[in-house]
Amino acid sequence: MKYVIIGNSAAGIACVEGIRSVDADGEITIISDEPFAAYGRPLISYYLLGATDRHRMLYRPADFYEKNKVRALLGVRAEKIDAAAQKVVLRGGEEIPYDKLLVATGSRPFEPPMEGIGGVKNKFNFMTLQDALSLEKVLSKRKNVLIIGAGLIGLKCLEGILERVKSVSVVDMAGRILPSILDDAGAAVVRRELEGKGAKFYLSDSVAKFEGNTAHLKSGKEIPFDILVVAVGVRPNTELVKDAGGEVSRGIVTDEKQQTSLQNVYAAGDCAESFDITSGVRKVLALLPNAYRQGYTAGVNMAGGEAAFANAMPLNAIGFFGSHVLTAGTYEGESFVQAEGNVYRKFFCKDGVLKGFILVNSPERAGIYTSLVRNKTPLSEVDFKSLEGAPNLAAFPQAARERMLAREV
Amino acid sequence: MNMYIQPEYEVIRNSDKCIACRVCERQCANLVHSFDSETGKMKADDSKCVNCHRCVCLCPTHALKIVKSDDTYKINANWDNQTINEVYKQANTGGVLLSSMGNPKPYPVYWDRMLVNASQVTNPPIDPLREPMETQLYLGKRAAKIERDEQGKLKNTLAPQLKLKVPVLFSAMSYGSISYNAHESLARAAEELGTYYNTGEGGLHKDFYKYGKNTIVQVASGRFGVFKDYLESAAAIEIKMGQGAKPGIGGHLPGAKISADVSETRMIPQGVDAISPAPHHDIYSIEDLRQLVYSLKEATEYKKPVIVKIAAVHNAAAIASGIARSGADIIAIDGYRGGTGAAPTRIRDNVGIPIELALAQIDQRLRDEGIRDEVSILVGGSIRSSADVIKAIALGADACYIGTAALLALGCHLCRSCHEGKCNWGIATQRPDLVKRLNPDIGYKRLVNLVTAWNHEIQEMMGGMGINSIEALRGNRLMLRGIGLTDTELNLLGIKYAGESM
Amino acid sequence: MKRIYVNEKWCLGCHLCEYECAFANSGLTDMVKALKGKTIHPKIRVEDSGEVHFAVNCRHCKDAICVQSCISGALSKGEDGVVRIDQNKCVGCLTCVLVCPYGAVMPAPSGHAAMKCQLCTDNLCGEPNCVKHCPNNAIVYEER
Repeated sequence: MKYVIIGNSAAGIACVEGIRSVDADGEITIISDEPFAAYGRPLISYYLLGATDRHRMLYRPADFYEKNKVRALLGVRAEKIDAAAQKVVLRGGEEIPYDKLLVATGSRPFEPPMEGIGGVKNKFNFMTLQDALSLEKVLSKRKNVLIIGAGLIGLKCLEGILERVKSVSVVDMAGRILPSILDDAGAAVVRRELEGKGAKFYLSDSVAKFEGNTAHLKSGKEIPFDILVVAVGVRPNTELVKDAGGEVSRGIVTDEKQQTSLQNVYAAGDCAESFDITSGVRKVLALLPNAYRQGYTAGVNMAGGEAAFANAMPLNAIGFFGSHVLTAGTYEGESFVQAEGNVYRKFFCKDGVLKGFILVNSPERAGIYTSLVRNKTPLSEVDFKSLEGAPNLAAFPQAARERMLAREV
Repeated sequence: MNMYIQPEYEVIRNSDKCIACRVCERQCANLVHSFDSETGKMKADDSKCVNCHRCVCLCPTHALKIVKSDDTYKINANWDNQTINEVYKQANTGGVLLSSMGNPKPYPVYWDRMLVNASQVTNPPIDPLREPMETQLYLGKRAAKIERDEQGKLKNTLAPQLKLKVPVLFSAMSYGSISYNAHESLARAAEELGTYYNTGEGGLHKDFYKYGKNTIVQVASGRFGVFKDYLESAAAIEIKMGQGAKPGIGGHLPGAKISADVSETRMIPQGVDAISPAPHHDIYSIEDLRQLVYSLKEATEYKKPVIVKIAAVHNAAAIASGIARSGADIIAIDGYRGGTGAAPTRIRDNVGIPIELALAQIDQRLRDEGIRDEVSILVGGSIRSSADVIKAIALGADACYIGTAALLALGCHLCRSCHEGKCNWGIATQRPDLVKRLNPDIGYKRLVNLVTAWNHEIQEMMGGMGINSIEALRGNRLMLRGIGLTDTELNLLGIKYAGESM
Repeated sequence: MKRIYVNEKWCLGCHLCEYECAFANSGLTDMVKALKGKTIHPKIRVEDSGEVHFAVNCRHCKDAICVQSCISGALSKGEDGVVRIDQNKCVGCLTCVLVCPYGAVMPAPSGHAAMKCQLCTDNLCGEPNCVKHCPNNAIVYEER
């Protein structure tokens, strides 16, 4: 059996592990245009921060490829899938035949058209290790940085470089930071903390145009900068599948086994859609845990095993300078808020179940809430009043606890 | 005015070792320990301490010890501190003093004034590791003579017997006085050891009928929990006439201990005091006793031995003779050091006689009257070790009941506060949070360990004496010698003084 | 594999397991030295709710979602089934804390990593110290 995996990040590695859980011998080839052994992609900000290094940020031990008998074609770009002939065509024309193919091509930065951006010197994205390495080369205590985008990527970049440069300013069209995962009040807490560290925010604003390395904002403000980081958003890399005739919506469409509409072609990771059980909507959940579980599921199925990934949901754990933001699920329904100092907790309940939550600086045992969301546990079966105060297992019925703690799980 | 009484014991905390983990605080049902958040240190209120050592045992750094207070009134050999304090307590309250477990007073312990023989040269000892050493025995009436039928074949006239693999049984402790988990521990241990435990007068919890073949059920003056299934479930039935810790008085289980389960088991209302009358109101003579013995035999189709238990009192020998003639299969004698879940202090400490003397006299009396084989003799009331068992059997007992020793194995530290119902070891309590402290999985194993260890020691001592069967030791008083005893004591015990030859 | 199982029927809520855990992972041989005057950060935590007490630590799940979710590869499941965390690799994002259904992965006191029970395979105890010192067999270490 010939397995080919396009993509060498979490989903691709997970696919290898999924395949090897079923098939110890099949030939596995990984193709990646990145020239590095798999690394924890979200770790690039921690790399700049000094919290990890090139060696420690390896996603798997150095002997992973060898141990799992994986041929890794790194720094090689897959240009095309020939679904009929079951081949992947590489840049340069080499063809790699497959019996089963995983597309785990991830996503790429989205750069909205902005006047004058072509004339900006020292412009970076913040997606890959290469981005981080390039950015690192120009960092210095004399430099002012402008980040466009106050989302997860922009703010992690902010954390990574803040202490290494003179100043960091962040511009976002939204009225709050981390607009996709926080509400106004939660965002205000985090913003306060980041501002306390010296970050400057320009929210509900955007760049009207660049003049050299000066940004003119719609509000009329001017921000001179030395380094620009564009972190507005990402777009899934769906072209390979789309061009091969596979079904693509916002991301590559798959079933619960991660199979695409193309025979013997699977997809996983940030390029693929998931069915978010908390909102009931198919969407791209560009999150590492999701990528892993998709990739693993795909691997098992590719190798002839049985696996389904049927409980995808949004999950975000993000931290800045020791503070933590943990969120999950969908923010709909009745909400319950607790706020005190820099702690902010908000729960969303609908149809008798917990739909989602926001926890700012209150990370302890948050997974208990996540499992309530994921399992759609009827809140009538637990002592939600007690859970609201603090996550605990005592709030569950004794029998449920017995299943959790007195049996193999 | 209530006279202040200095606590008898003090909690000493080694503050260099205390890590303020607060385990002591969580484990003390008497609320002795508390954490002072201002100083970050643990405190103790000595006045609440019953010296049960729960905290001492669980303290992970062994930072605690309990010491006797050296506070004292002016030294007086007649009016010692405790005597004076008891007067103060009674003057404060007007109440009868209550105590638990066995008599702690410094009366002579005759077990410790008897020494066991061993073989040398002419009668070689036996090595129990290499040769069979029988500690199995049977309790019950022995046939006085052999009868044959017309064909000359032996007639089976043997009365029902209790088979014991070890010469030790667990004595009567009621469900109510001790906890469900304590009972379960005893029942499971009895099953594994091939011996018996005794329900006491509290009935048999429905969960424990499955241990019936290792259960002795008691019929006491309150008749709690006695009904057909109860009698039929058991291996033997014991009529409790008296108890060594409180001869001549009945029992009183406070309503607070009558939980729903205890109430169901005893067949009495929940929350209402359970009073066991001092006498059985239908027994005022040996003839009356005979009627109850035979009622119980009749009810169980003569398949089960009937035991009659009495406290060791001044004329125990004559009473035992009557019991042997009443039709009982086994006599159980309980000495004045026997334990209790609650007894008036004065009764516990001043009534009854030592089991050693009662046993020697009863055995002798039954032999003299030629009826020793009509009954087996069980003794209890502070059998503390395998040596006590050996000596009791040599004095004439068939086997021994152990109560206090069994409770010690379960964790009891003899704080003698059972009557307060707050046993920190989960034994003498019905408070669910305390009962759960005794996990029967652990408890039963400790009981099995204890009795197994004793049985090994018994075999060693028997081997030393050149005796390879426990039955051959019974009443073999030549194996005992007295030390530090008067002639009267030697006579009563029927033994020679150490140094006297055969 | 042998795992730690909790029997809340026998848990007394004494919290000894927490202290024994902290001691076992202190690297010291003297408990007083290890714990006196210190705030402990055990990897097993007792929940007390009225009369109900029970300890919770890592379940070493067959399909460990913390391992699957770890962004740095710091969490792994060994061939012995033990889920371990390499604190040197961990960057403290707490995704594992967010996904553990038992609340058994926790932020380490350093603030820069997560921590969890590793069944005392990472210290000198040999077998789980909490189990060894549980006075009532409320936590056991066995095959089930």
